[in-house]
Amino acid sequence: MTTTTITTKSVRIEFGGGLELLFANQKSHKVDLPGTMVDGKPTNVHDLILWLRDNLLKEREELFLDKNTVRPGILVLINDTDWELEGEGDYVVQNNDEIVFISTLHGG
Amino acid sequence: MAPKLCALCAKSRAILKRPKTGQQICKECFFYVFETEVHNTITQSQLFKPGDRVAIGASGGKDSTVLAYVMKTLNERYDYGVHLYLLSIDEGITGYRDDSLETVKRNQQQYSMPLKILSYNDLYGWTMDAVVAQIGKKNNCTFCGVFRRQALDRGAAMLNVDHIVTGHNADDIAETVLMNVMRGDIARLGRCTSICTQGEDTIKRSKPFKYAYEKEIVMYAYFKKLDYFSTECIYSPDAYRGHARAFLKDLEAARPSAIIDIIHSGEAFAVKEEVKATQKAQQTCKRCGYMSSNELCKACSLLEGLERGAAAAGVTDRARKKLDAEGPVPEGLRTIPYFQMPSGPGPSTTIQIDTS
Repeated sequence: MTTTTITTKSVRIEFGGGLELLFANQKSHKVDLPGTMVDGKPTNVHDLILWLRDNLLKEREELFLDKNTVRPGILVLINDTDWELEGEGDYVVQNNDEIVFISTLHGG
Repeated sequence: MAPKLCALCAKSRAILKRPKTGQQICKECFFYVFETEVHNTITQSQLFKPGDRVAIGASGGKDSTVLAYVMKTLNERYDYGVHLYLLSIDEGITGYRDDSLETVKRNQQQYSMPLKILSYNDLYGWTMDAVVAQIGKKNNCTFCGVFRRQALDRGAAMLNVDHIVTGHNADDIAETVLMNVMRGDIARLGRCTSICTQGEDTIKRSKPFKYAYEKEIVMYAYFKKLDYFSTECIYSPDAYRGHARAFLKDLEAARPSAIIDIIHSGEAFAVKEEVKATQKAQQTCKRCGYMSSNELCKACSLLEGLERGAAAAGVTDRARKKLDAEGPVPEGLRTIPYFQMPSGPGPSTTIQIDTS
């Protein structure tokens, strides 16, 4: 029998722009993610988004997700940088990362 | 991954990909280009002249909060010499507008600008809560939209300002272009892309964020840590706009320039003279003096419907005819105070600002 070491990554999650309403009205969350997914690949932001859906999201999934990624109009920042500069969903989550989701869809 | 350097200064680490240009830029360069583009929009359209009194339509939301901050910054940096005010409309929606008005009151302190709050209840005798209690959620956005437009003008007249600026951004305008195309509303399509609208009987209104992407406005608020309020209106959102918005966001995801391209398309439409000739001329409402394309302005019509317990009369022509057939307007019906344009005593006049 092989032994598997279970590593987790501790990540800070922030919701803003009204998205927090879908997450028990709590803006800031500290979560421990599995370090790798079932297929053995390291956890990336795409996995994180699905993990948030399954573990933190309280209501109205369609306001957070569309076609298995964040809905268009939700901005994502990884350590205060636009995720479009970091490979979006393919970015591999590191321990102590801070990932921010901000909705632009709520009133002006 | 090695950090990407800013495409503009080539010194600092890029933090944002601009949707308009695809450039990767750093925080300081982002602040600078965002502000400078708004300044260019303002100067190219010659929106202000020194001494102008300008009201910022402030909801406490992201767009108007960023607008207030940027207007203050640019007024100081480029010495526009304009006097800035915050003007908020309280629709009377418990748990929504009362919270966002708290944000506006904090902005009043943070930006040291005088604030005027005008409520639907003061002006029309109806809060949106009361409107929805009578008519339900269907069509309530019609009431709110018509009432807000007129309330802003009336609040501006009370502040005696020359000009109202609103936080409408590029995404909002592209959405409106799409909606007007889908509805075949040629009159609105012709004017919805104008940066500035002014009739003889209305206060000048403009949109300094006409070319500013929503993504950049939200990023700007985030990096500047501006204090804004975001939640959905508790009454059903404007479903039609919601569809246009979702469609636009999908287009933007595929090709970010789509937003600016749709605005350019809207600007390029030319309305034929014979089509223009069929459009109704503007007149003033016989009851309240506000500009109108009919004898009664939309707000008076809606208000009369509410007061007479026939709210649909303000919304559809058929219901209006039915109400008219019931006879003349009963005595003692609540009406909107007569509208008067600001008299314009000049910039030195001080006026009483309600800060409660």
